[in-house]
Amino acid sequence: MKRKHLLLSIFLLVLTGIFYSCSREGGTSLEQDMYYANGRDLYIQHCQNCHGEKGEGLENLIPPLTDTTYLKQNRNKLACYIKNGMEGKISVDGRMFDEKMPSHEEFTDIDLAQLIVFITNAYGNKQGMYTTAEAAADLQNCK
Amino acid sequence: MRDTKTVTLADGTTQVDTVYQTIPDFSFLNQDSTYINNDTFKKKVYVADFFFTSCPSICPIMHRNMKKVYEEYKGNPEVGFLSHTIDFKYDKPSVLKKYAAKLGVDDQKWQFAYGSKEEIYTIAEKSYLVSAIVDSTQKGMYVHQGWLVLIDKDRRARGYYDGTDAKQVEQMAKDIPVLLAEYKK
Repeated sequence: MKRKHLLLSIFLLVLTGIFYSCSREGGTSLEQDMYYANGRDLYIQHCQNCHGEKGEGLENLIPPLTDTTYLKQNRNKLACYIKNGMEGKISVDGRMFDEKMPSHEEFTDIDLAQLIVFITNAYGNKQGMYTTAEAAADLQNCK
Repeated sequence: MRDTKTVTLADGTTQVDTVYQTIPDFSFLNQDSTYINNDTFKKKVYVADFFFTSCPSICPIMHRNMKKVYEEYKGNPEVGFLSHTIDFKYDKPSVLKKYAAKLGVDDQKWQFAYGSKEEIYTIAEKSYLVSAIVDSTQKGMYVHQGWLVLIDKDRRARGYYDGTDAKQVEQMAKDIPVLLAEYKK
């Protein structure tokens, strides 16, 4: 009988665990989740070699994506950075970086939006949805 | 990849033995603009690879993995690292120096080698058996394989590990002491 109780409570515990891990925190939309998943695929394919599996970057050569403040402050520039590449000095995570990031001109607006949703909601970031329309608008302001 | 030869033992029977790929004499400029050669790695087991500093594809992950092994063997003078740049146009020693510093390498344990196109591409393909080509149709201009080649104290290539695969690089880190132990007999 005791054993049954124990098994039941473990079962319930697992069930609540599954429920909590699957339920969308802060009520993120299904659209955001889809963007996030597709963005993750794009990240693995195009970004992970340099920025790392955990967004950790590489020493003082490649900036990490874990600096949530940097990503927040530059939210509207990310589409330009990813599409057109980037160079010059930037300060991320309290360190200076001065390498070139290659361009990805082949990315469409939706690719960029998906990638940005992933980057700005992974590795400790929590910025929420970023739409394809926002990507298109941000691209108008590239320097 | 493995050549073999037949050896005759003392009792007259024959056995098959491996013929290892051997690294010939070389001389390259390093990140400090001084020449390094085979003697730099004398009495060392070393890890060799081919990369370039502006590489947008596999190099960062190779060096992220290699850096872990470098840290692991930092205190062991019997272990060395040698990265050859295949970007003979841009990666002059001063560029390699900056790259090394940013990677967190500030000693002679990890050498970054610069040589002419012919020297580097020949040693890559003929000696280390790592393919490297200049391809202007590719974004990074250079195409190369991500092998980390483990060389023993007798200049022989003893292991090939995919530098982009963390598991294989971990295996390499485990194989280094095995190789070193051979010389303790």
